[in-house]
Amino acid sequence: MASTETTPPGKDAGDLAGLEAGLDALETQHRGRTPFRQTLTQKILPPVAAVLLVLAAWQALVSFKIVDDPTKLPAPSDVWAVVHQAWLQGELLGYIWTSVSRGLSGFLLALVIGTPLGLLVARVRFVRAAIGPILSGLQSLPSVAWVPPAVIWLGLNNSMMYAVILLGAVPSIANGLVSGVDQVSPLYLRAGRTLGATGLKGTWHIVLPAALPGYVAGLKQGWAFSWRSLMAAEIIASFPDLGVGLGQLLENGRNASDMAMVFEAILLILIVGIAIDLLIFSPLERWVLRSRGLLVRS
Amino acid sequence: MATTTTLAKADEGTEAASHAARIEHVSKSFGGPAGQQLVLDDISLDVAPGEFVTLLGASGCGKSTLLNLVAGLDKPSAGAITTDGRPALMFQEHALFPWLTAGKNIELALKLRGVPKAERRDKAEELLELVRLKGAYGKRVHELSGGMRQRVAMARALAQESKLLLMDEPFAALDAITRDVLHDELTRIWRETRLSVLFVTHNVREAVRLAERVVLLSSRPGRIARQWTVGIPHPRRIEDTAVAELSVEITEELRGEIRRHGQH
Repeated sequence: MASTETTPPGKDAGDLAGLEAGLDALETQHRGRTPFRQTLTQKILPPVAAVLLVLAAWQALVSFKIVDDPTKLPAPSDVWAVVHQAWLQGELLGYIWTSVSRGLSGFLLALVIGTPLGLLVARVRFVRAAIGPILSGLQSLPSVAWVPPAVIWLGLNNSMMYAVILLGAVPSIANGLVSGVDQVSPLYLRAGRTLGATGLKGTWHIVLPAALPGYVAGLKQGWAFSWRSLMAAEIIASFPDLGVGLGQLLENGRNASDMAMVFEAILLILIVGIAIDLLIFSPLERWVLRSRGLLVRS
Repeated sequence: MATTTTLAKADEGTEAASHAARIEHVSKSFGGPAGQQLVLDDISLDVAPGEFVTLLGASGCGKSTLLNLVAGLDKPSAGAITTDGRPALMFQEHALFPWLTAGKNIELALKLRGVPKAERRDKAEELLELVRLKGAYGKRVHELSGGMRQRVAMARALAQESKLLLMDEPFAALDAITRDVLHDELTRIWRETRLSVLFVTHNVREAVRLAERVVLLSSRPGRIARQWTVGIPHPRRIEDTAVAELSVEITEELRGEIRRHGQH
């Protein structure tokens, strides 16, 4: 005991600070940015190579006359010509914009409805018991099933399209939020309560931010469902007054037996769906996960 | 959703409280399929203002249960607990919110306490400096080491400006060197702030190194078995002979308590 008293307190404190700084430095990992070259070879080149391979195989099927029927399989160059022509005539962006604006505004509407609905189901026991199972069941119903009733109820107009999008996307968004809330660690709730975050404050400061990863996953799926529902609605309920979106373009191609136009429409639907996901939802998801240390930079 | 914790509050403000926490004849049992199980049996314990008390016991002695009761996260089956205001609580896991930076974690505690926005930033920086983490304000939780996380958690608990800090084995998951350093830090902060601390642990040396008073709980049900006043002056070291001697004595007693459960 006596030995400890001989240490002057000031020196002891200085030692402690130094020791602590050393420990902190040793235990903190420094991670730099991935070099662009590495991103290029590991992330960008593989999918580009895969796409090029598919295009080459497709061109070979046509060039070597393995499939010698342009009404069944047009050459990639024919499809490109159709896309190029639509671009020159100034119609291409029109097709895309008609569908994308419908898809995104329908999605935003689904967001506005699905979020409070999900919160209610997650937090109010009675609501959960009442509509929770229905909401998860609705997710497995193909939204194309809603097109006929929506046409009968609302007629051939934009409201019908939005109704179909909502029926497809709202359950995904709500369910995403519900599973996000369910997965909130009880530790955060206890910590929040000791800090005084109870009731609505607890929901706002603890439950919602903690549920964000699940919610974002729900949004991502909600967008995929919105886009699919919209395409189903556009193909089935094709009507000149509605303007030509990508779904109508596909239907027009079929009616004209123009396989190049059909392929053009399919490719555009695919590319737009992927592009929106890559530009909006994947970065959002990565940002949420990375800021919480839930995503290891590879 | 309306699970507001009701805190038994002492007569705040009217007079200086004579205790930071008063536990009077508290029992707690949990209902299970095999009937009621008594976890805590007639515990009475006072923590004086500025006092550092460790609750020591083997697994199943209900020490964490008792801490939860004092924190107001659960209600006793019998007896009463009064605390001087809402106590702060630190867990074995750091329990920092990963969606906020270290600084914002502390600011959230300040915000929930009603500190005006303009003062929060400075106050949070001040608290980070107190736990010697100046410059960690913008760091995300996952960018910090285990020891740094517990220090941020300590700063967040201190942000509550409670008179009583409850600690539930907060250093149990850390390596020995880091734990030793945090013992020094906690002692320094306790002496600077004159907080009352109720610290739960199963580590005898840790209990003796930190506390002014060590309370040994027996297991199943938890009862106060014995108490020791630790007169060893600060700064203490875990290797000190005085710490070792008292630890040996307490460990013997603890082993005796555990042995009783093997004999029927």
